[in-house]
Amino acid sequence: MQSNILICGVGGQGIVLTSKLIAAAAMAHDIPVMSAETIGMAQKGGSVFSFLRLGDDLYCPMFPERSADLIIGFEPAEAVRMLPYLKDGGKVVVNTHPIMPVTATLSGSDYTGSEMLDYLKRNAGDVLLVDGDKACEELGSPKVLNMVMLGAAVRNDVIPFSVDDIEDIMKKTVKPQFHELNSKALRY
Amino acid sequence: MHKEFLMGNAAIARGAIAAGLNLVSGYPGTPSTEVLETTAKINNGSIYVEWSVNEKAALELGAGAAYCGARSMVTMKQVGLNVASDPLMSLAYIGVKGGMVIMVADDPGPISSQTEQDTRHFAAFSKLPCFDPSSVQEAYDMIQDAFKYSEKYHTPVLFRPTTRVCHGYASIEVKDENEYETNRPEGFVKDSSKWVIFPRLSYNAHIRIEERNAELSGVFSDYERNVIIPEKKACRKGIATHGISYTYTMEALRDKEAPRIFKVSTPFPFPEQAAVKFLEGLDEVLCIEELDPVIERELTYICGKYHLATKILGKLTHNVKTAGENTCASVSADIAVFMGWDAPEKPSLEEAPALPVRPPVLCAGCPHRASFFAVKEAMKGKKSVFCGDIGCYTLGNAMPLDMVDTCLCMGAGVNITQGIGKIEPDTSCFAFVGDSTFFASAITGAVNAVYNQADMTLVVLDNSTTAMTGHQPHPGTGRTMMGEIVEKISIQEVLRGVGVKIVETVNPLELDKAIDTVKRVSAEKGVKAIIFKSPCAVLIKGNKPAVIDSEKCIQCKKCIKTLGCPGIVMRDGKVAIENSLCTGCGLCSQVCPCNAIGGAENAE
Repeated sequence: MQSNILICGVGGQGIVLTSKLIAAAAMAHDIPVMSAETIGMAQKGGSVFSFLRLGDDLYCPMFPERSADLIIGFEPAEAVRMLPYLKDGGKVVVNTHPIMPVTATLSGSDYTGSEMLDYLKRNAGDVLLVDGDKACEELGSPKVLNMVMLGAAVRNDVIPFSVDDIEDIMKKTVKPQFHELNSKALRY
Repeated sequence: MHKEFLMGNAAIARGAIAAGLNLVSGYPGTPSTEVLETTAKINNGSIYVEWSVNEKAALELGAGAAYCGARSMVTMKQVGLNVASDPLMSLAYIGVKGGMVIMVADDPGPISSQTEQDTRHFAAFSKLPCFDPSSVQEAYDMIQDAFKYSEKYHTPVLFRPTTRVCHGYASIEVKDENEYETNRPEGFVKDSSKWVIFPRLSYNAHIRIEERNAELSGVFSDYERNVIIPEKKACRKGIATHGISYTYTMEALRDKEAPRIFKVSTPFPFPEQAAVKFLEGLDEVLCIEELDPVIERELTYICGKYHLATKILGKLTHNVKTAGENTCASVSADIAVFMGWDAPEKPSLEEAPALPVRPPVLCAGCPHRASFFAVKEAMKGKKSVFCGDIGCYTLGNAMPLDMVDTCLCMGAGVNITQGIGKIEPDTSCFAFVGDSTFFASAITGAVNAVYNQADMTLVVLDNSTTAMTGHQPHPGTGRTMMGEIVEKISIQEVLRGVGVKIVETVNPLELDKAIDTVKRVSAEKGVKAIIFKSPCAVLIKGNKPAVIDSEKCIQCKKCIKTLGCPGIVMRDGKVAIENSLCTGCGLCSQVCPCNAIGGAENAE
């Protein structure tokens, strides 16, 4: 049994930590795990992704197109960019809030994100929309988007772990002063 | 043994420590940096760890330690080996006493490098054994093998992972601490017939090296990581591969009738006898490699030498793309064509809407933005050329700043600008260099400029860190990787010391003063320097975000059009501050013609 997860978004959204938490949960369950992500120059406001694979007989952390069981998109356009990786019948959990690149600001592009969400709905069977912006506002911090997204994926049974599993790992990974807020975000 | 989830580079560090590492030195460079950083982080004090001033210094330091019988590792990226190539080539003749592994990370793509050079060629060129791991687990195991072979054969060895191995993570089996080897260096034993390179010594060493490499080719033919995997079903085709491409190959062949596979883990000396065994009875072999066709050329040579009729295909025959990194998809497609299988199915999606492009940009609040803008403003309308260098500030080339006319390699800008100035004396020539790059390889350029009467302005972008590779300390920061607080080496004093008469230091975020300084200093004749000093925005606690006064703002968008700061966006058709990014550096408020941007504390 293997499961392939792709987490994508924009540098600074907490994608790498999300990937680390799922990996740590896999380790805690004695499931082999591999991951690969964008590091370095591309991180500065660029598209960021993390490939994550759980299960036996893995050779490499990357997987080909049409093989992701799940895409967690922290940004609508980034989810569209990575959609070719979704396998038939795979699920998409996506944040509805778009992030404008500097180039769009310069060129006056009118990217709003809704065209991306429509595209996702038309081209992926199973799309869960998460209003990450609203969640962060209600929780009082823009920094918990990753926990909101992860919590949504876990609670909808698209990740083979429970919210309690992820919460345990989060408490071992994140500084104590953030535990309460993160727990709330995971269950938002 | 126990399991841990580790990054490839962390696994390399852990493997080296398990092999009894005594000293590690290096210079930061993606994708190699985390090897040394991990060692420093988990060091119990028994290992000497240093970021050297550049790769040449690091390699010489590692050699000195290995002369004493210490086990040393030197880390760098592939272009770093160019800098270290002088000691490398000679050290190959001298050899070592303790195990010495030179960890050079290659970067197919390239993802964050200037070149797609292949360190496997450097191995053949320097005649040094080379190890090429394919996964995180193998990197952990193989670095320990590398130390063993190095010590056994008294030679430095190259260890060459690529980006996807360095930066991949995996749950792997690692040794418990009580399983680690320990190594007590004997110390330096004087013997000038051994440690002093002379033509006679080199002649004799050359003979010994060739004999040893012939022997190693045989030894490596039996090395357990040079693997021949038998075909699943009788088939006269084979695939030869290496590194991360081996894993793509295995993924592509999952659930398929796989042909015979040859995984080459020691590209030099090439395991010739193993290759002959692999080639036996094969009509065609596809070589799936990244960077250069090293295996392909070796197999072609072996076919000639042994009169084999096997056809060798790969990059040279255009069966595999010549440049860029391989992917699961590209390897599956290449194998399908080679095997005569149906092409892998493509996703059947409707055409996606135009996706926003997200090129890397200078961070919000980055002081380099202010420095580039100050020079741009000061030189407006004057014939000038701006030579850039390697670091975050290469991103000053992006619109709207557009302030990097050239970029070549570490420290090159200082000399390139001199060359341009000699041919175009009416041009104001600028060289931009970061603080870490200054210490690594721009000081000789400054001396050259002073000595040879150049007319140029050297602009040092001093953010007091090595930002691009993740904030490593350097001689100007006053910290070392052993945690010592040491005297900072002053860039200003260095420049004065080598004869630069005019050296001015200014905070680029004080924009008017910065522009005035550039105008004044660049108008002088000869070599002069400006040090723009302001800390990296990522490392400081920012000020409160800027605030736009909507009554004063006339929506001219000058702030956006001149600065290109990710902290300023259009929201509902109006200029707005992205509070999650803005550091309150105050640059935009100094650019605004209407004084509509305020709130930032350090604005003038």
